[in-house]
Amino acid sequence: MKRTPHARHLPLLVTASLVLLVFIAGALVYPRFASFGVVRNLMVDNAFLAVAAVGATFVILSGAIDLSIGSVMAFTSILLATLIEQHGWHPLAAIAFAVIVGGAFGLAQGLIIQAFELPAFLVTLAGMFIARGGAFLVHPQSLGIKHPFVADVLNERLSLVLPVGPHGVTIPLLVDIALLAIAAAAVVLSFTRLGRNVYAVGDHEQGAMLMGLNIRATRLSVFTISGLCSALAGVVFTLYQQSGDPAACKGLELDAIAAVVIGGTLLRGGIGSVLGSSLGVLLLGLIQTIVTFQGNLNSWWTKIVVGFLVLAFVALQRRFTR
Amino acid sequence: MPEPRRASLPPLLWPLAALALLLCFNFLFTPGFFSVEFRDGRLVGTLIDILNHSSKVAIVAVGMTLVIATGGVDLSVGAVVAICGAVAATLAQRAPMPVIVLAALGAGLAAGLCNGLLVTRLRLQPIVATLVLMVAGRGVAQLITDGLIITFERPALVAVANRSLLALPIPVWIAVGIAALAAAFTRRTAAGMLIEAVGDNDRACRYSGVNESRLRLGVYAFCGLCAGVAGLIECSYIKAADANNAGLFLELDAILAAIIGGTALAGGRFSIAGSLTGALLIQALTKTMYMHDVSADVAPLPKGLAVLAVCILQAPRVKTSLARWAGGRA
Amino acid sequence: MPADSPLLSVRSLSKRFGAVVALDSIDLDVSPGSIHALMGENGAGKSTLIRCLMGAVRRDGGTVLFEGTACDPASPRHAEAAGLSTVFQEVGLIPHMSVAENITLGRESRRWGLIDRREARARARRALARLGLTIDVDQELGGCSIALQQLVAIARALDVSARLLILDEPTSSLDRRETAELFAVLRRLRDEGVGIIFVTHFLEQVYQLCDRITVLRDGAHVVTRDTRDLPRPQLIAAMLGRTPAAPGASVTSAAPADAAPLLRATGLRRRESIEHADLTIPRGAAVGLAGLLGSGRSELARMLFGIDRPQGGRIELNGETFSPRSPRDAIARGIALTPENRKSDGIVPNLSVRENIVLALQARRGVLRSLSRREQDAIADEFIARLGIKTPHREAPISTLSGGNQQKALLARWLAANPALLILDEPTRGIDIGAKQEIESLIRGLINGGAGVLFISSELSELVRACSRIVVLKDRRTIGELRAPGLSEEHILEAIAAHA
Repeated sequence: MKRTPHARHLPLLVTASLVLLVFIAGALVYPRFASFGVVRNLMVDNAFLAVAAVGATFVILSGAIDLSIGSVMAFTSILLATLIEQHGWHPLAAIAFAVIVGGAFGLAQGLIIQAFELPAFLVTLAGMFIARGGAFLVHPQSLGIKHPFVADVLNERLSLVLPVGPHGVTIPLLVDIALLAIAAAAVVLSFTRLGRNVYAVGDHEQGAMLMGLNIRATRLSVFTISGLCSALAGVVFTLYQQSGDPAACKGLELDAIAAVVIGGTLLRGGIGSVLGSSLGVLLLGLIQTIVTFQGNLNSWWTKIVVGFLVLAFVALQRRFTR
Repeated sequence: MPEPRRASLPPLLWPLAALALLLCFNFLFTPGFFSVEFRDGRLVGTLIDILNHSSKVAIVAVGMTLVIATGGVDLSVGAVVAICGAVAATLAQRAPMPVIVLAALGAGLAAGLCNGLLVTRLRLQPIVATLVLMVAGRGVAQLITDGLIITFERPALVAVANRSLLALPIPVWIAVGIAALAAAFTRRTAAGMLIEAVGDNDRACRYSGVNESRLRLGVYAFCGLCAGVAGLIECSYIKAADANNAGLFLELDAILAAIIGGTALAGGRFSIAGSLTGALLIQALTKTMYMHDVSADVAPLPKGLAVLAVCILQAPRVKTSLARWAGGRA
Repeated sequence: MPADSPLLSVRSLSKRFGAVVALDSIDLDVSPGSIHALMGENGAGKSTLIRCLMGAVRRDGGTVLFEGTACDPASPRHAEAAGLSTVFQEVGLIPHMSVAENITLGRESRRWGLIDRREARARARRALARLGLTIDVDQELGGCSIALQQLVAIARALDVSARLLILDEPTSSLDRRETAELFAVLRRLRDEGVGIIFVTHFLEQVYQLCDRITVLRDGAHVVTRDTRDLPRPQLIAAMLGRTPAAPGASVTSAAPADAAPLLRATGLRRRESIEHADLTIPRGAAVGLAGLLGSGRSELARMLFGIDRPQGGRIELNGETFSPRSPRDAIARGIALTPENRKSDGIVPNLSVRENIVLALQARRGVLRSLSRREQDAIADEFIARLGIKTPHREAPISTLSGGNQQKALLARWLAANPALLILDEPTRGIDIGAKQEIESLIRGLINGGAGVLFISSELSELVRACSRIVVLKDRRTIGELRAPGLSEEHILEAIAAHA
């Protein structure tokens, strides 16, 4: 069968054009839509989702799925707040610890999946429950962070002020973290053996095995990375909210998976990119922004539109990749 | 070469043993757990509460059991519960009772058919196919309720989950009825055998002329219908439709109940009685935790651990080594 | 290393899996700059031998010398590092990666820890150039033809400077032109001094390409000879374990037309499975399908049963055009098939013997018109008794039965549905003598009842005993039909050998 050249990039192109189209439409319909403020908010409000989507991209590229993302984020966020506020940890130490815990959680899930040959969706579904319950066990309510280092240094002094617009645009640290995570993931996926192995395993596991690639290590790395990214996303979320909340981010894994799929990554694995996932996050954010601007539209439209976009992309990919 | 005989225990034994163990624990350490009174023509007590509250999971688990038996899974049941609850609540004040029931069940059936068509026609993996509705479903529910929590006072609708019949809460009877119906249909007709055959080896079934795609479509539709019934009960119980929280995490409970009950996650043999026991066990565990001051928020933690433990015990690898161990001792 | 010493030297290599001896003291020498054919029917031990050489499984005994030094790789990766590479028929590569990546994956050159893509492309071009290929190395592999993918896999092997290349059925999905291209590349490599082990079941390709032939049968070494010293009849005889035919026996090659056959297929073809097949099955007769492994026997059966759709030709059933779109279509018209792979395509392992027996009948009746339990029990008991299925009880899971009894239960599944045409694909493989005889007598019973049978088997003696005509397949074409009287194993062997 002859394939259209680069048919696999088609979904990515579609996503990019959709992002542009939605933005232009918003700009035409609503005054003040095409402003630096709106773009800034788009990035700030979706930074944690972008980081979570980076982790989800790795897992999905390898042909698996991780449903524990949102719960691990909530766990990280409340762990961070408790360590800082109630145990007097320095925020940086607490952040480092929380991220390591997230990575260990992901690794543990990967080990169970491997050792007992269980489906990833089931183990991570259980992981979603364990992390959620664990979050409430750490602290039963949301907890504001008043540590001066967080407010002054992380959220104020480390912000970039871009000299655009009448008053300049402040880009807070959490956006930089998200952009760094995306860039790092892009490099890992394209230019390291681990990254290429992730694609190979997701595309054709049998073939990867015959080529002598270490499939076990690749799968474990993928779940560890997803855990790390979820925890980092939890850190970004905590900085964003300036508080930890064990009830936060319910169902965020679905948004992350949706962003990955809308970004052109095949749910079966093997095809996709972290750039696409970022575009997917952007598209989700734009839809949300439009819904907010419209005022009389309600937020559930976002979910429905996202659901249909996911379906459309899954169908599109079936059409073009076999 | 003769294959080694597998040590086969009756599938119901494990969940029943676990349930008995839990009841023993409660008998010793939970005061008042077994006290049941007869008040105002109905039974009241912790055990009755467990029966009542497990019925929702049990109903969904019956549908989920059949889906899992074909080798699939339905992640959307929680969202479908929300949709059906929303449909019932919206109609609660202005439509005749049969219309409310039919509309809610119809919505569930339609959702299940949607899933089934995605699986059989588009040939999507079941996880992917049902994920779509899992994402969009709650949005649809909110669309129906206009984003509000709709409360109602319709006595007939409220009665569904809050009144008793022959001393037991109505949902218990509904659950028993659906389970009995499903068990009778699958075991009296060839449906049960064909479902198990498709889950066990779908290629052999195709080569034997089994219409496996119609069978799959059927079980997804039935699972949606079950979720519809559960949605009706849930909205009746709280006298409201809450699109965000109705049926939250129900998919996990239902999958768990089915697996505890001895239905293999990879498909094949299923046991509806086992799934009912599983649902009871889950609810008993939850209730025990509440009575020992484990907060509802923390409860997912031990539940998640239980899921893992059950899955690991059911993993083919562990199963064969357990069987070898049992065979070595026999 | 002296020029005439072998590149690879295997001495009394043995491998057993449990109680089964997979390889029994195998000897094999491959010289540098030669192409060595490795041949044998199912279960001969070819793939086990390859897996032992590549370190995918550990051998139990024997020595392997590669370039004069002991060679005992722990994994395929180690074997590749030592200079042995295997190209598998289809499953070796990653479809959505570029050609260059597929050639270098897992051993990419790196600069500062990152993959150097320019170097990867250069390496890929160099490896392809050795094969005389200049193609765009950035194109996606999945977009290339299967033939080109094979060449990329060979280039991957050359990229690690393989001195011994094992090709496992490389031509099974190639057409004639593509095969010729592949052979040109292989000859080129041979002339550069690479040793090649070529596993195939296409007889003619061996004579076109290979210098030496080794035949394995049932895990044992049968013969190794230079190709010119091993004529076709002797090669076939060695593979099937028969004495070669005495020349001069008469062979009917064209079949006279039947008046009103049950099924007539003409000019069937399908890419990568059948090039041309004609077949006539009369009522109340058993037609045998003979041919070596890979000659297209099962592929033909799959088309008749609606699993694969032919891309050309036509099938007539009872004189009407018949083009089944699925097994359900075929079954509705009274065709039945017991598949070659009993385990993956036939039995439903965890269901009971009773359920496995009534499956096809129940499927035809539909979900609602179910057989009562009493009817099911009666049917199961009847066939368990009639076919002598040895099972503790009709409720025992079928996976606990022996292979022969599983096969009989599968036969019972179709006998219960009373088919007009029963296709049996290797029904006797891996079952004991007694069960074989019972299956043969069952076939006779079916014929006497007026049904048609298409019987596929590697055991020629069986075909000769059970069938009144035998259609011979070779290299995916039907090459003739033999009829009783004058049916013998020797005639079949000769027909296969004679048709070049």
